[in-house]
Amino acid sequence: MGKWFKSGTPWIWMTGGAVSLSLIAVLGLFILIGWRGLSFFWPATVYEFSMQVEDGHQSTLIGEIYDTEHVLKEQLISAGIKGLENKPDSLDRFLIKIGNREYVDLDFQWILETSIKSTTVADNIVVFERTKNGNFYGYIDGIKVNGQALDIKPNGLVRELSERLERALALRSKEDDLLSGEIGRINYELERIRLQERKLQLDGKLTDKKQLELKGQSEQLQNEYLALETELFDYREQAKRDSVVVKDMTGRLVTMPLSYILDFYQPNNMTLTQKIGHWFHQVYKFVSSDPREANTEGGVFPAIFGTVFMVMLMAVIVTPFGVIAAIYLHEYAAKNSITKFIRIAVINLAGVPSIVYGVFGLGFFVYILGGSIDQLFYPEALPAPTFGSPGVLWSALTLAILTLPVVIVSTEEGLSRIPSTLREGSLALGATKSETLWRIVIPMASPAIMTGLILAVARAAGEVAPLMLVGVVKMAPTLPLDGNFPYLHLDRKFMHLGFHIYDVGFQSPNVEAARPLVYATSFLLVTVIIGLNLAAISIRNNLREKYRSLEH
Amino acid sequence: MERDLATTLRANKKRVIKDKLVKYGVTGGGSLVLVTLLLIFGYLLYVVLPIFAPVSIDQTQSFKRQDPTTIYALGIDEQNEVAYQVDELGLLTFYSLRENDLGENLLQYQAFPSINKIARTTSSTGTFAFSNGQGEVKIVKPDFITTYPKDKRMITPQLRFPLGEDPLSVSDNKQALKQLSFEMNSDYAAVAAVQSDGKGVFLLLSAEENMMTGETTWEQESFELPSFPHHVDQLLLTPNLRKLFVRNGNNLLVYDISESNNIRVLSAFQINAKDSNVSTIQLLTGASSLLVANENGVVSQWFEVLKDNKREFTYIRDFKASKNITSIVPEYYRKGFMTTSKSGELSIFHSTGETKLFTESLTSTDSLVVAISPRANAILVADKSFIKLYHVDNEHPEITWSALWQEVWYEGYPEPQYVWQSTSASDEFEAKMSLVPISFGTIKAAFYAMLFAVPIAVSAAIYTAYFMTPSIRTYIKPTVEIMEALPTVILGFLAGLWLAPIVENQLPGILLLLISLPVSVLIAALIWSNLPKSLSDRISEGVLPLVLLPILFITGYFSMAFSDTLELWLFNGDTRMYLTNELGINFDQRNSLIVGIAMGFAVIPTIFSIAEDAIFSVPKSLTMGSLALGATRWQTLSKVVLLTASPGIFSAIMMGMGRAVGETMIVLMATGNTPIMDWNIFEGMRTLSANIAVEMPESAVGSSHYRVLFLAAFVLFIFTFVVNTIAEFVRQRLREKYSSL
Repeated sequence: MGKWFKSGTPWIWMTGGAVSLSLIAVLGLFILIGWRGLSFFWPATVYEFSMQVEDGHQSTLIGEIYDTEHVLKEQLISAGIKGLENKPDSLDRFLIKIGNREYVDLDFQWILETSIKSTTVADNIVVFERTKNGNFYGYIDGIKVNGQALDIKPNGLVRELSERLERALALRSKEDDLLSGEIGRINYELERIRLQERKLQLDGKLTDKKQLELKGQSEQLQNEYLALETELFDYREQAKRDSVVVKDMTGRLVTMPLSYILDFYQPNNMTLTQKIGHWFHQVYKFVSSDPREANTEGGVFPAIFGTVFMVMLMAVIVTPFGVIAAIYLHEYAAKNSITKFIRIAVINLAGVPSIVYGVFGLGFFVYILGGSIDQLFYPEALPAPTFGSPGVLWSALTLAILTLPVVIVSTEEGLSRIPSTLREGSLALGATKSETLWRIVIPMASPAIMTGLILAVARAAGEVAPLMLVGVVKMAPTLPLDGNFPYLHLDRKFMHLGFHIYDVGFQSPNVEAARPLVYATSFLLVTVIIGLNLAAISIRNNLREKYRSLEH
Repeated sequence: MERDLATTLRANKKRVIKDKLVKYGVTGGGSLVLVTLLLIFGYLLYVVLPIFAPVSIDQTQSFKRQDPTTIYALGIDEQNEVAYQVDELGLLTFYSLRENDLGENLLQYQAFPSINKIARTTSSTGTFAFSNGQGEVKIVKPDFITTYPKDKRMITPQLRFPLGEDPLSVSDNKQALKQLSFEMNSDYAAVAAVQSDGKGVFLLLSAEENMMTGETTWEQESFELPSFPHHVDQLLLTPNLRKLFVRNGNNLLVYDISESNNIRVLSAFQINAKDSNVSTIQLLTGASSLLVANENGVVSQWFEVLKDNKREFTYIRDFKASKNITSIVPEYYRKGFMTTSKSGELSIFHSTGETKLFTESLTSTDSLVVAISPRANAILVADKSFIKLYHVDNEHPEITWSALWQEVWYEGYPEPQYVWQSTSASDEFEAKMSLVPISFGTIKAAFYAMLFAVPIAVSAAIYTAYFMTPSIRTYIKPTVEIMEALPTVILGFLAGLWLAPIVENQLPGILLLLISLPVSVLIAALIWSNLPKSLSDRISEGVLPLVLLPILFITGYFSMAFSDTLELWLFNGDTRMYLTNELGINFDQRNSLIVGIAMGFAVIPTIFSIAEDAIFSVPKSLTMGSLALGATRWQTLSKVVLLTASPGIFSAIMMGMGRAVGETMIVLMATGNTPIMDWNIFEGMRTLSANIAVEMPESAVGSSHYRVLFLAAFVLFIFTFVVNTIAEFVRQRLREKYSSL
């Protein structure tokens, strides 16, 4: 045995085990996130549980099985649950998503397997997605129009409901368009007029004529607004027409106006194809719609938009600086101590904790730079800050510094792979150094620059800590890009997928309900980032191959 | 021909200029990296430095006094524009401190024609009590009204009589008062006094609002103080009207006056410093600390400390001021105070900071009186002949080296401690900003992460670089490295919401993994060694991880499945309860173990990648030589390869540590973020980075709290700078060594 240990074989196996462990960790992580994230959109079967409560009383629970765990009998007994003496040592406990938040104490309930008398798949159960209070589970009992029940056969109810829901949704989308489009524009214009007036006043140029003119403009806008408001109220009134009567698990009949309902489906009646179709539909809704109910329901569109927007802005800033720095280091820098310092600076910029960049960004960009911009260009809005508060521009700048080393290192690697014969050939033909760079070196290094850029984007997309200080918010009322002049609002705060994960997972009032959403968001983010990284790696590998062939 | 040449030359000139421009442009752009780093360093320092800046004062106004009476007290308004003085005869005079009417007498008031005794409340109450020879007391509050005629600020002094203009009779038989103290809040007021016959009287007034008229009337109750000493030097009421301090020479009597029908002596003790006598006592803002000035210049701080379930006044610390202290002037809102001495010296102190911040001789006469502005940005100084206003630059007195890095005895704490508690709802809150607990948390988190990551990452690097078949290596290496790209917010989220509950429920299984995984690998190795050669040759050493993958997976599964049984068997069915009750170990759901695992995963790819590169690039000639001399593969590895690559591995570990120290999201999400100091693996921590992320958005720009958070960022910056620079130097050296080989 001692000899065997001395031979080193066990140690080699142990080191091999470490590799396997790392692999399990990596792959396990991806599988976990992928599975949890994607299964969220699958229409889960809804069960009806008949429950035996302690005093012999019976009750029914309808809901999805959300989670299952093993519990030791001892723990349950010490927690004060009786009647388990002759049960096995470890019992199953299910977490049931009951929904119907406004009618029950807890919309997620733990039930012990021993208290379930029977479990059946609830036929014809309908799951309603609503604008508030989460999902509702129940059986359709009837449809009311203006409070009067419609006389429809039970098998025609679902069809009728989906037709009427379509109308309600059309009304809702009209209402939303009006609110975010025209009414949003009017509010924006009014604010601009106010600021214009204030600016003139500050400059001492506010003449009576000007004031009257501005007043006229704002009155005109007010009138437009009033007209739109009547239209809006009209839509709302129309939307109140239909409602659906639903029987919930206690047998109570609940009347819900269709204006609260976003979607409904019957998971237990679906075929596999329908379920797949539903899955894609849900995924589409997730990436394209706005969050609801303090981000615990709905989609993540603003977060996707904010992330992409900020990252693109950052890419625009970081690329020129990174590439120039890399060209300097590789093509121009003399072998002296300054170059050495710059190299150390690059390494250190890569190693400084991201939160330090956040602190720097907040203090320097937001308060000093933004504060000065406000003083110079937006004195009319003060004391309300324009650029002097965290926003998307400052986030992009902060992350640009953070990702600068990534671009530099990657570009420099690309530059070093270009055979020097190419440069020498160009110089020998009479080109200047800058011409050689522009015509020969940079075009050849462009895939490397691309790689660096992609890696920088991937890094920036996943970074959260500095953003928490320089511009990300849990709920941004408007996107940084909209139809109001100047269209690009770099001073606005934005939403971010990474911060969304943190916020929904850790700050939300209903963590249980939000958890699958966090997994789905995580999956989205991981897919994007890993995809970007794989793209960068493959570009880099192609490049290596290309130059390897050039060298020979 | 000539023309062509000229054009060519001109074109060439243009090209040369362009070439030069590009050169300078690129060089400038390249140095921008250095500039950025310096800018970050410089800016952090720029924000941090003011907290260590020394206190300075400079005179802004000065005027000659008209009547050289001895001044009893001074006061100043919030904007430092109007001041008042109370002289020993009880004359209250307001002066202007404005440029245009400097020194002008704005308002005068005399409570009684002849004043026997004056008492002053704490500065935040800002009220005076004047008594005459018949034991009557008038309460006067010098006040300021701010108006804005023509958009310009205008401060007008006025007098308020919070208890009405009629005098209160404190003494029951018209005796003069020898000592007097007064204090009030919105509902109650109290007067404590010593009559000329030596009797101690206590007068409690309670406000009663008339429902109909809204007028307030004060109900008056009089009590005699029990066990009152014959001689009294000083009386002092606390603003919350709970305690009365009676000083008799070096002895202090503390009365509990919170219940008017049960006024009693709480304690009596000596308060003088060694070999000296007490000259005066004063309350610090917040009324929990008592400052005792001694003749030899020692100012000692006392407050109540819970000892054996009893609150007892305890000596806390002392400050060294100049000899013969004449007065102690506390600040309005902060725990700072000033002392004046007979020799005309002014000293500024802060109790949490534990240091003397400033001292200077302001006058040569022995009649120095000072007052501090409510915002603590100015002091008013008077001597026999002059009144002067000084601007004070003392923004961050509470932040000193000792307050940041040493144990501090905070008010109400049983002993000196390292505490981080930066904010509270109350104004008079003593901010506790010790960086020790959060630095400790940072080290703790990094330590557990490294404990987890280093063995795995380094072993994996060794195997991948040295034993693995090249064809698999091209896949395995990027797979592990891609984990570095994984956003830490996702790792943090999984750690906090997925891993933490699993670890909590299946703790025995997790602990079992520590043993079962290596053992299963060893068993697999043993089986392989004893396999017939024909079989064992089929599995080459280069593909071990693929063989071990299912083995480890199955072992892991069974270990977790065995968790419940183990829990029943070893821990009475409830590990958490067992840990807490039997072993006395606290268990938080989000603890260091979780952080160690999650952050370990985050740093594994960093360490793995650099260490693997270092091992892989050990020149082949070295290994070949060793193998040719008859060493086994393992011997070559441990005696040649690892030794040669050890600087590279060291540098990898340093880089990993740099990352673990600065990581924010994982610790933010996977711990409870409580700043405790305990190595217990089952408890959480708060790290520098998480602390910044949590508190920075709420801290006021320019406040001490804001600057201390910048200091935390600066500490992180410097730490990672040093670590990364060392690691980089080591790597450079190694690279040179390899290339020379």
